[in-house]
Amino acid sequence: MTDRPANDDGFNRSAGRQLLLIAVVSVIGIVLLMLGLSWASGLAGGTRVSKGIDAATGTVTLALADEPPQLDSTRSTDTISSMVLGHVTEGLIRNGEGGELTPGVAERWKITDTSATFWLRADARWSDGKPVTAHDFVFAWRKAVDPKTASEYATILFAIKNAEAINKGRAPISSLGVQALGDNVLRVELVRPVPYFAKLMVFSTFRPIREDFFNATAGRYGADADMLLYNGPFTITRWVHGAQLRMEKNPYYWDKDRVKVKVLDFAYFSSDPNALINLYKDGKIAVAGLNQENLNEALVKRWPINRFQRGAVFYMEFNHRKDRPTTNLHLRRAIQLVIDPDEVVYRVIKLPGNLPGRSLFPVWLDGNQGKFREEYPATQVLPNAVEARRQLALAKKELGLETLPPLTLLSDDGALGDKMTEYFQETLRRELGLTIRIDKQIFKQRLAKMSAGDFDLVLGGWNPDYPDPLTFADLFASWNSNNRGRYNNPRLDQLVAVAQTSTDVQTRMDTFGEIQRILIEDPPMVPIYEPGVVYVVDPRLQGVVRRVAGFDPDYTNVSIVGK
Amino acid sequence: MWRYTIKRLIQGVVTVWFIATATFLAMHAVPGDPMSGDRAVTPEIRKNLEAKYGLDKPLAQQYVIYLGNLARGDFGISFTQQNREVNDIIREHFPVSATLGILAIVFASLGGILWGALTALYRNKLPDILIMFFVILGISVPSFVFAALGQLALVKLNDFLGFSLLPVAGWGTVSHMLVPSLVLGLGTMAYLTRLMRSSMLEIINSDYLRTAKAKGLPATRIFTRHQLRNAILPVVTVLGPSIAGITTGSFVVESVFAIPGLGRYFVQAVQQLDYTVIMGTTVFFGSFLVLMVILVDLLYGFIDPRVRLE
Repeated sequence: MTDRPANDDGFNRSAGRQLLLIAVVSVIGIVLLMLGLSWASGLAGGTRVSKGIDAATGTVTLALADEPPQLDSTRSTDTISSMVLGHVTEGLIRNGEGGELTPGVAERWKITDTSATFWLRADARWSDGKPVTAHDFVFAWRKAVDPKTASEYATILFAIKNAEAINKGRAPISSLGVQALGDNVLRVELVRPVPYFAKLMVFSTFRPIREDFFNATAGRYGADADMLLYNGPFTITRWVHGAQLRMEKNPYYWDKDRVKVKVLDFAYFSSDPNALINLYKDGKIAVAGLNQENLNEALVKRWPINRFQRGAVFYMEFNHRKDRPTTNLHLRRAIQLVIDPDEVVYRVIKLPGNLPGRSLFPVWLDGNQGKFREEYPATQVLPNAVEARRQLALAKKELGLETLPPLTLLSDDGALGDKMTEYFQETLRRELGLTIRIDKQIFKQRLAKMSAGDFDLVLGGWNPDYPDPLTFADLFASWNSNNRGRYNNPRLDQLVAVAQTSTDVQTRMDTFGEIQRILIEDPPMVPIYEPGVVYVVDPRLQGVVRRVAGFDPDYTNVSIVGK
Repeated sequence: MWRYTIKRLIQGVVTVWFIATATFLAMHAVPGDPMSGDRAVTPEIRKNLEAKYGLDKPLAQQYVIYLGNLARGDFGISFTQQNREVNDIIREHFPVSATLGILAIVFASLGGILWGALTALYRNKLPDILIMFFVILGISVPSFVFAALGQLALVKLNDFLGFSLLPVAGWGTVSHMLVPSLVLGLGTMAYLTRLMRSSMLEIINSDYLRTAKAKGLPATRIFTRHQLRNAILPVVTVLGPSIAGITTGSFVVESVFAIPGLGRYFVQAVQQLDYTVIMGTTVFFGSFLVLMVILVDLLYGFIDPRVRLE
């Protein structure tokens, strides 16, 4: 092809005009199409453009990391459902602003070694105006232990008479040791003394459910805004799945004077930290979390930064199943001696709010009078490479090995997963000459592999269920199914049994102190850090409560200051 | 024509059955299951859960039950959204993804055709070089970068104007749709531009175009009837898979812009091993893809009279 096609200017100009015409027509077409689609998708619903804080209407707009799976209190297990349920329902006892136990539906209560009695207030009402009675609690608790409900949290009720037998299908549901003595008195029979029973009452699983309403929902209880009855400070008035959950002040709530805003609008469901901070910058939401990247910007802009300790502990767990090298105490000691939690927190995570791990018991737990960790300080294991190598040599001798086989470190694809596992891989290689194979799995697969024992080391953690050291202390008891490394120490089991049944505070705390010592000297795990979050709150929003046990964050007491 | 259509539809059903079976087997081969959670449950509670969801039956029996339900269009109830039917999830969230996808594909195809035609007209001149530079950028930069940049640009724009011209995230009005769909369509637009350019250039050198010019047809008629119409054919070919790809691949854009589309459920279900939602969304998207390909093949016959559908 030697001759160039007629590509002359005249042709180009006329073709260009044609293109322009097509372009103009397409733009008009697109605008019309968008209007049409917008009209059509109005059926699917969506978020309206509103301000993060609107003082005129008393509205606070917020984001949720994800949508609650469902809001049936007997079946809910995740933190988001717990937060939502905390705003729209209320149990016998609730947490006050300082975390102290405050009367909820129950005016007062009495707990002995064998029973608990709650006197319910007469003015507690459901959102349809009918009173909340003791029968509503009996119905909900029976449903929670019913095997047909298949509640994952049924175990939390096992201190109640016959609860365990009912859940295993060996006793009729009506035999549960919970009785309504009239409308306003609830009596609970206990199988063993439970020193923290009042603290348990705060938990979602113990919320009331009214039988007639539940039956009317035909198996869809808690699936939609109109499939739930409310007795908390707020009610859900609009729930568009995947898009919006809007709460309005509950006019029937007995303590409605403490609720100062009219609307809490969770208008965005997103866990993308950058998207959330962009929404905050644009004034669309009132609270946003910060990550490593946007922390600096927040500092430069002098935003008021808050930090909060989530109450959990993350640790590296060893596998104690037969034939695993990590059964050897000296090897575990060697690893414990080279892992430096300070280095992890300050050089790897590099985000304020996180604390280096020193013990399985986090710093916030209460002891006798003050904090547990102040009364029973954990021995700090200082990094010591020389001693670590000595322990390693002992381990090799006892195991009869020249060199140790490669160890598998199991982790999941969480945000900090990679940095952390690479740090451990390099540290253990440099200091001890160990070969670490990283096995990175998605969350569910990590759990499956943990349960199957397919690991040597695994990064795991624990979020407390109730504010008592026992929620951590029984983790490594041989009978606990969360003890996925199968750590077995008869002395520890004995101590856990003491802590479970003793009602004497001093004895219990001494026992926890002893458990803490054992967990450091014969480690089933090495504590890494206590995770924290850093976040910004619009300065006009006051009274956001963050707490470790119970639901978090708590917006029930917030107020808007200024305009 | 009709025989062809029916033949393709039957092939499509077989393909969808294959997708469903392969997904079913792969899903159950993966370690773990939807019931394993952060907190270990006692064997009794686990048994209760398995009985509730019918997972205590042998796999073959589960497969038969599953196929039966599938034939009736019932995908079951989600494991993670415990009170929602998979059908509800698809019905509520697919329209959002589809809206986003349709707009994105319109942006991509119109943009691709216009830019592609422009580069061909100004071959090796400045407009061509400039556009092709952006095309390379559009093809090589992943969509989450564009999504983040697009959102940041919106924040800056609103900050500069002093009021919210376009919302930063969320869904519901026309203003919510513009930037996400542009971002979603960008990669495809770049790809189509390149495709359009090369097919235009091929035609510019063809004999029938020279003939058309020689017999003195007006330039506008040559351009639209002969050049554009013939050059669009390859674009139409890739449009089918692109529509399905864009509609199903909107997860990143949906999560950045907090859009309640189906893409989010599609990806989360896999992470959570939510069996019923994995099966539901996979079969749904699979059927959608198959249907789109068939539609494009039929459309071919209308655009190009040389193609006979037999």
